[in-house]
Amino acid sequence: MDTTVKPQYDNGVVKYLTVGAVVFLVLGTLMGTYAASELAWPALNFDIAEITFARLRVIHTNTVIFAFGGMTLMATAFYTVQRTNGVKLWSNGLAWWTAILFTIGLLGTVVSLSLGMTTAKEYHEQEWPLAIAIAVVWTMYTFNFVMTIASRNKDTHPSVYVSNWFFLGMMIAITYLYVVNGLAIPVSMFRSYSMFSGVQDAMIQWWWGHNAVGFFLTAGFLAIMYYFVPKQSQRPIYSYRLSVIHFWALMFGYVWLGAHHLQYTALPDWTGSLGAVISLAMIIPSWGGALNGMLTLSGAWDRLRTDYILRFLIISLAFYAMSTFEGPVMAAKTVNALSHYTDWTVGHVHSGALGWVAMVSIGAIYHMVMKLWKTEMYSMQLINFHFWLATIGTVFYIVAMWVSGIMQGLMWRAYDEYGTLAYTFAESVSAMHPYYAMRAFGGLLFFSGAVIMLYNVVMTIRMANAKATNSVEAHA
Amino acid sequence: MSNEAPKNIQEGLERNIFALFLATALAVSIAGIVEIVPLFYLKSAVDYTEKTDKYGNAKNEKFPELVWERTFTKDADGKLVSDKSLYKQDKHGKWVLADWKAGDGVRPYTPLELAGRDLYMREGCYICHSQMIRPFRDERERYGHFSLATESMYDHPMQWGSKRTGPDLARLGGKYSDEWHVLHLLRPQNMVPESVMPAYPWLAENLVSKDFFGTDRDMKTRLSVMRTLGVPYTDEEIENADAAIEGYTEMDAMVAYLQVLGTMVKLDDSKVYRR
Repeated sequence: MDTTVKPQYDNGVVKYLTVGAVVFLVLGTLMGTYAASELAWPALNFDIAEITFARLRVIHTNTVIFAFGGMTLMATAFYTVQRTNGVKLWSNGLAWWTAILFTIGLLGTVVSLSLGMTTAKEYHEQEWPLAIAIAVVWTMYTFNFVMTIASRNKDTHPSVYVSNWFFLGMMIAITYLYVVNGLAIPVSMFRSYSMFSGVQDAMIQWWWGHNAVGFFLTAGFLAIMYYFVPKQSQRPIYSYRLSVIHFWALMFGYVWLGAHHLQYTALPDWTGSLGAVISLAMIIPSWGGALNGMLTLSGAWDRLRTDYILRFLIISLAFYAMSTFEGPVMAAKTVNALSHYTDWTVGHVHSGALGWVAMVSIGAIYHMVMKLWKTEMYSMQLINFHFWLATIGTVFYIVAMWVSGIMQGLMWRAYDEYGTLAYTFAESVSAMHPYYAMRAFGGLLFFSGAVIMLYNVVMTIRMANAKATNSVEAHA
Repeated sequence: MSNEAPKNIQEGLERNIFALFLATALAVSIAGIVEIVPLFYLKSAVDYTEKTDKYGNAKNEKFPELVWERTFTKDADGKLVSDKSLYKQDKHGKWVLADWKAGDGVRPYTPLELAGRDLYMREGCYICHSQMIRPFRDERERYGHFSLATESMYDHPMQWGSKRTGPDLARLGGKYSDEWHVLHLLRPQNMVPESVMPAYPWLAENLVSKDFFGTDRDMKTRLSVMRTLGVPYTDEEIENADAAIEGYTEMDAMVAYLQVLGTMVKLDDSKVYRR
């Protein structure tokens, strides 16, 4: 694909989004760590409405998923779509508007959620003015992405590369589900009532809720995997055929899974069972995808010893494989009866969010920073340190939630020898304390890693800028 | 190589981004059509409760105890009225429930309860408390009869929740006194030492008639939007909605909402509501 004249890419907007993603990673994990500490030590709520656990928890999820995750997806999509199609962005101006409006929307989300303006629909808490703004921004992003691909030179780039399929699928599904789930009638500038109620609302809510995970946090980040793992390891993707199966199975299958969040509820049994069965079947494409990424490295495993960025990418696939196994297990009805409503769910989400999403993003961001600023990182040792903090922090978090979640589930259903409930609810709460403290510690480790990353990225950019100035002076 | 015809459908899609766009959009939309659309039509999905008019009044022939039945008509002035009224002003000027008693079946919320529900959402209570009891022996003994879809049919949005950092609240109403709830919301640890719940002292300080940035909490708008969405209120009930929350604190509204949870229906233990 090497042409003699390398095309000049639009890098400015990608740089902005990349740095933005790192900043939001630091903020989002800070909020998460603080919220986790509030559960361990409730005095930390300080009777301040804006930082009470429930509001801060929602700010945390929105900051990490939509701010950190969203900025990462925008940065990587704009970065890879140019390179895999050999063209500049269809519109650099539109990309800048997308990035700026998205930032404003995210800051608006944080402020409004802290004030308590919320739709009370999980993972879709932005009230209607912000929800509309975000849907518009997302459509701008999608349009620019599709038009960039359409403007490629079909002689040099006949087929669209696999990472672009996954980005495209993520954009389509997210727009569609977000808009349907968000349908509401405003009652004031700050509040709206959902169009749906009761059982229909519950199903629509989790149809969106699970696919915020399935598309935003999976398909989008698989796109990242399909570009950055081959690039960083300098090898072609293991199997093209596996990519095709992975893609279509994911697009068709993931959307069914929302119903498994509603097992044994007032949702009709057949819907929940359907969700559980398809959840089980999803192990196959998920593992196929994880293997496709990992086996890309076959014959070059030794590079893991020296390439710290590759470590992030590969461990993220290990966590992806683990949580896509754990998910179907938890969707099975007998397991769900125990695990639902407990911390196990929270642990599962974090093995995906910290272990998979954050790790693959971090790897991709380090890779992009070096390419965008045409430099080595300020410190490779700090990347290694970051890697261990992130990995150990994630493991602490998951283990704490496994223990507390299973313990909660067992305590709630335990009977004594007289056939009465063995524990009050309050007893189960106090039994959680050590694990809540341990989870907060795991979060602190992960947050510290993010701070080190921000420092490393800032120093790298300063170093690169200083070098650029020097060379200009030298030429002059 | 690019001028060759595509070997198969996949290759055709890979060469045409717009075709790939459409194929992907089709693939992601099937599950929603299969899983969601039937829930709007299958009577069994809502315990055979049926809406009887466009305003949202309902009846249930199989399980008549589930819903509070009333009929809407237009009076001589074209106003929407009903044979039964939800709430009224008593002779002391207090707003109280009128023709509905606890256990008469699912009904729309009074303005004070609806305002309390808005606060429940504002404070994010659903993050830690579910309102959905599952059909297990331990849940029955801890919380009561399992929840039915009809019980949240007027909840826009539903508050089933997904996590029990605290206990389920679906049948909380009447389990504790109003005073207990006030003291608990002011400082949970005073009532339950093991609790990790935050305190909500500001609820007692703020008037519920005020909303964000000192704007009025427009209950008339809220009730009429609810009616548009299929929650049946008469014209009079909508007109009096602002007056009905006047003078109450946010704490009063929150407690009114918490105390109505699960008290609307008296479920019959001898009946099989759901298999």
